[in-house]
Amino acid sequence: MATLELVGLTKQFSGNNVAAVHDVNLNVADGEFLCILGPSGCGKSTTLRMIGGFEEPTAGDVRIDGQSVVNLPPNRRPTAMVFQKYTLWPHMRVYDNIAFGLRLHHIPKAHIDREVKSSLEMVGLAGYDQRYPSQLSGGEQQRVALARALVLKPKILLLDEPFSNLDALLRVRLREELHAIQRRIEITAIFVTHDQEEALSLADRIAVMNAGHLEQLDKPSQIYAHPKSLFVADFIGVMNIFPAERRGDSLRIGQYSVKAPANLSADAGISIAVRPEDFSFGAAGRSDSTEPWLGTIDQSIDLGHYRKVLVVVPGLFPDQATAMMHRVKVYMPKAAEAREGDSIALYPRRYLVYADHIQPLEIRTDLTSTDENLSDNLARVAIASEQLANSG
Amino acid sequence: MASQSLTRTGEQAFTPSYVLKGFRRESLSLLLIVLLFIVIIGPMMTVIFWAFAEQWRYPSLVPTKWGLSYWAETLSRADVTSALPLSIGLASVVTLLSAVICLPASYAFARMNFPGRQGLLLSFLATNAFPRFGLYVSIAVVFFRLNLIGTIPGVILIQIVNTLLLMIWIPTAAFQNVDRSLEEAALDVGASRWRVFLQITLPMVLPALSAAILLTFVSTFYEAQGALIVGVPNIRTMPVLMYSIINSQVIVQYGAVISLVLWLPSLLLLIFAQRFVRGNTISAGFGV
Repeated sequence: MATLELVGLTKQFSGNNVAAVHDVNLNVADGEFLCILGPSGCGKSTTLRMIGGFEEPTAGDVRIDGQSVVNLPPNRRPTAMVFQKYTLWPHMRVYDNIAFGLRLHHIPKAHIDREVKSSLEMVGLAGYDQRYPSQLSGGEQQRVALARALVLKPKILLLDEPFSNLDALLRVRLREELHAIQRRIEITAIFVTHDQEEALSLADRIAVMNAGHLEQLDKPSQIYAHPKSLFVADFIGVMNIFPAERRGDSLRIGQYSVKAPANLSADAGISIAVRPEDFSFGAAGRSDSTEPWLGTIDQSIDLGHYRKVLVVVPGLFPDQATAMMHRVKVYMPKAAEAREGDSIALYPRRYLVYADHIQPLEIRTDLTSTDENLSDNLARVAIASEQLANSG
Repeated sequence: MASQSLTRTGEQAFTPSYVLKGFRRESLSLLLIVLLFIVIIGPMMTVIFWAFAEQWRYPSLVPTKWGLSYWAETLSRADVTSALPLSIGLASVVTLLSAVICLPASYAFARMNFPGRQGLLLSFLATNAFPRFGLYVSIAVVFFRLNLIGTIPGVILIQIVNTLLLMIWIPTAAFQNVDRSLEEAALDVGASRWRVFLQITLPMVLPALSAAILLTFVSTFYEAQGALIVGVPNIRTMPVLMYSIINSQVIVQYGAVISLVLWLPSLLLLIFAQRFVRGNTISAGFGV
């Protein structure tokens, strides 16, 4: 039942020249689930800790329901946090862990009993109230930590990579349960993670952070389809990135060239990004004017409902060794014939052009090919299953 | 890597040298047990026997006449009746003062970062790194000028020096072991900093703090060098008295009874340690 605003939030740790968090501005709507996503050290946890009151911002403001809380200590903020580490107090039973905060508010015992019971039921641990934390598994401990945070009915729920210490399957299950709970009680939640799969599957919107800066704040599908910076393009999902040079109205990648966007002003420092699912392919020699990238299939991996193919395209790079190092990742339907050692022709169907200090430009060579939403959803499934395969 | 080392130990199990090694290891532990008996259990039994002996004539292996009469005699000696309460009182006061000074300091060492922190922490080793006796003599020279020789405050001061290492290092490690996020979680659900300390941090370090306090009490109770050098001639604690009785008395039983009385605190400590302190708490004190 609350909105959150971050206004020019900045954190500079003493003895450090670079700001850990630099001028972050964002608004979170009532009941929204926002994920802050970024690599380790990008400032996402520091941002969350500033919302919770554990770090003092160097500049900027944190507003909950329009009211500044930036001068309040954590114990007086209407936020509750679930930490990455297991933070149940080891000398207290589950019951006392959850009741601790309620007791501070002089709530009658019968009421506390009721609240503890219902919060344990909510996280699926009814009957665990008399156990000690050491008798619980990691997943159970994090559920109790969630119950402990929610029992106080906070305005904003903060989660700092709460599932990152759990194994892959449990992580997915807890994530789904968290999502269901958040939807049911309609609490505003901020979830910090470095795991894009987690972010894509949980978030209403994702805030991608890098080196203290907020790179992009958007819906998951938008972040995937229209990454605003080369960093986001590279960080979210799988992306092929090629350095390019401008030659008149075309862009050269090695010996190949693709059409340059009409409004591209830069001449150098240009990168071209192509998603693995944005290639058409076939044997060499297609009727349309697009120039095919000719390569050899180096590896063909069957990932269940689709196929991931790594292609060496010597023409894209100055020499064979570099081409081997930067194999082009392509997703193909399972039915497609793709044996290792086969020759293949790739046609970039859709690519994004990035240059310094300009908005990315999108080029489609084959507009008839797919319905965008469908392709985005397919891509999300693809990322998810690939990551599961990697982590398993 | 793992499988390699597995096969290697597997192979070793069948080679003669490995069997020999195992044999050697077993005989080594046997030797240690025998040594333990000779060096520790043996003298201990002798002391216990002497304390309850009315008469012990050669060549009997045990006292020829048992009895408790020397207990009554020893414990009613004027020097013992004054030394025992003095020792207990001194140890209590020193432990209390040391706790008051050191526990807040150890919290600061664990939780705050100030210039010279590491050096200061290491400096407490200094009292243990050099021969105590020399340190005490030089302190005594200073105390002499300050008219502290032969006074209770003088003995208290020199004994506090002795407790610093234990009382700083063990609690510092204990406070460091309490993860900050546990405290933050309590702060997060609305507890004030003071309440967080009382209800979260303190209960978690309590076993280690109790261990430090008990060790301090016991080691102060047994401390003789400092008390001897600074306390003469007025202050005679139990260990000081024990030295003089053992050195000057013909009757062995006096010394034996006092030794047993002096064992009592460490026996209690042992029982406490077994019941309440996890095995690694004390060793953790030295992992700073």
